Amino acid sequence: MRALGSGGTALPGLVVERLHPQATEQLGSRLSATALITGTNGKTTTAAMLARILRADGRTVVHNRSGSNLMRGVTASLVEAASPLGSLVHGCTAVLEADEAALPAIARAAPPTTTVFTNLMRDQLDRYGEIESIALRWGEALDDFPSSTTIALNADDPLIASLATHWDGSCLRFGIEDPDVPPAPSGEIVDAIWDPATQDDYRYSRRYFAQLGRWHTAAGAERPSPEISADEILQTDEATRFLLRLPTGSVSIELPALGLYSVYNALAAATAATALGVPPETIQRGLGAHEAAFGRQEEMVVDGRRVRVLLGKNPSGMNQALRTLQRPGERHHLLVLLNDGIADGTDVSWIWDVDWESQAEHCASLVVGGHRAADMALRLEYAGFPPPCGPVENDVGRALRAALDVLPQPEPLTILPTYTAMLDVRQRLGRMGAARLWDVA
Amino acid sequence: MSNSHDRRLDIAVLYPDLLNLYGDRGNARAMERRCAARGIDTTVTGVDIGDDWSPEQSDLVLIGGGQDREQRRVHADLQGRSAEIRDYVTDDGVVLAVCAGFQLFGHRYRGWDGEIMEGIGVFDAVATHPGPQIRRCVGNVVALWEGETIVGFENHGGRTYLNNGQQALADVVSGFGNNGGDGLEGARVKNAFGTYLHGAVLPKNPHLADRLISLALERRYGLEAGELEPLDDGAALRAHAEALHAALSASESPLGRRFA
Ligand SMILES: [Zn+2]
Repeated sequence: MRALGSGGTALPGLVVERLHPQATEQLGSRLSATALITGTNGKTTTAAMLARILRADGRTVVHNRSGSNLMRGVTASLVEAASPLGSLVHGCTAVLEADEAALPAIARAAPPTTTVFTNLMRDQLDRYGEIESIALRWGEALDDFPSSTTIALNADDPLIASLATHWDGSCLRFGIEDPDVPPAPSGEIVDAIWDPATQDDYRYSRRYFAQLGRWHTAAGAERPSPEISADEILQTDEATRFLLRLPTGSVSIELPALGLYSVYNALAAATAATALGVPPETIQRGLGAHEAAFGRQEEMVVDGRRVRVLLGKNPSGMNQALRTLQRPGERHHLLVLLNDGIADGTDVSWIWDVDWESQAEHCASLVVGGHRAADMALRLEYAGFPPPCGPVENDVGRALRAALDVLPQPEPLTILPTYTAMLDVRQRLGRMGAARLWDVA
Repeated sequence: MSNSHDRRLDIAVLYPDLLNLYGDRGNARAMERRCAARGIDTTVTGVDIGDDWSPEQSDLVLIGGGQDREQRRVHADLQGRSAEIRDYVTDDGVVLAVCAGFQLFGHRYRGWDGEIMEGIGVFDAVATHPGPQIRRCVGNVVALWEGETIVGFENHGGRTYLNNGQQALADVVSGFGNNGGDGLEGARVKNAFGTYLHGAVLPKNPHLADRLISLALERRYGLEAGELEPLDDGAALRAHAEALHAALSASESPLGRRFA
């Protein structure tokens, strides 16, 4: 069982960078293989899945932990893994999350064996600017990648798939091949609606969520056929089953995670693992042993009550979190926490771009909290939610207590927090003695 | 007095798929909801590039924010509607133009790469983006509008300058407003309102939302039709107060970034 600690892990990296600015390059050069994982949503979960697959393959893995995917966090992870003499264990594989904007710098410091690009969604425009400018910088960053790198691209995200035009080296694509996946609700906001290079609209024979789906353009660009794919996707209460097709064979996967976005994360991890030479049966074993990453689809028990935490830090992430909750006849006790810290994005307007309306009938009771709880309460009132229980609490701790107080036994509480609210509520749950339900190791 | 169910407002949202940044679609929701609470029927029509639409079919025209590339994409289509929209405004038609929409309702917008996008000249104003190296205007805003606060979130590279005689919408209390220099926010011509405020702005500024509804009802049904019964705005006013607090506790966003 892993301790429920705080999420901050970047400090040692900061110290080492000051003392020895070349530390990351020097440590990075001693790794036997490096997998970088970048994209807007799913980095942390994909990295956790890949690390587990690699461990199942008997490798020693260095992994930057959640919330520290900036350069500093990468340095910290490498320093932590280094022996007192500063030399990494030979044969060590690094799995590094790379913040969208930090990818070029991290790739220079730790030249990747493989790099996974998960998706590109609208996220905190106040921090990162427009998504096309990120795609552009990624394209430029690829120029500096070692030519031996295998890039792993999401075929279903047109902005990601088109990165292949910037790359002469080896490339593996992943995507969903199941014709029975339900299409996205029609009112959903789509961030990327046309090809930045040609101005052609993306058209879809089927769209799953955001801009992900079977896309094509009038100019003849189209979704590439993926080498790694998921078919026969079946959702149960606690797991997602699917058939994983790999160039090296097909295996059936029982993934202890929910929702289509979890399938994408598993595909991304399986693709990187394939690029690193892991056989299908080991990928199957690794994915089957997946544990929820910090604050993402975590389920725990506190005071005999079941609590699950589904992070939602941008419109498409929150839409996906909500969709995992929408099963016929099911109603949930919700604690929605909206913060406007720098790591959340100080702009809370994005909550108007989330399809809360579709969740309203699935809500049995509601408590809202966080720095911008009143904004959240107003948005949910518009969406037709039941009135929140108790006053709108800016304090996350008070909101958590209120939510637990009104929770009827034995029903679970579902917490939907933004990033810093997730860190806050998770720390409080840890102090209350929460134990994870899904811990395996 | 006529039965309230005889009244209806037809709302047009210009380019809803292209200009939809930062929750601006909440503005149409606010109009629908506040009308419905008073028994006023509404229709909401999205107007896309090339659609057959005349502003005279509408009682209220909404246009939202978008990035430079979306502005570039809609501005030619908007040009084709320029005379009709100006006539509509001259005829007291009600407009709320937010951010990119506000810029394109001025005379012109010079984008970050120097490209000029002609506007439709509803507002006597010009907007210019000082270039990708210059900080964006990002953060919570409080402004004074007719003696009351309005709140929202701004995120714009373009700076708008009002020509002499062009009335601003509001005075900035906290935030950048039109250009971060003259303390002015937005513009108003007759019943056309321009602003940089997202949020969405109307749900948490119910007094501004109701003004738009009143003006639209007056124009369609006569002066006394603009009287609106008050609503229970507890949630909206709490969100308003919270946004005030967020803006005033950090007078400037630490996050101005150099993106176009
Ligand atoms: Zn804006």
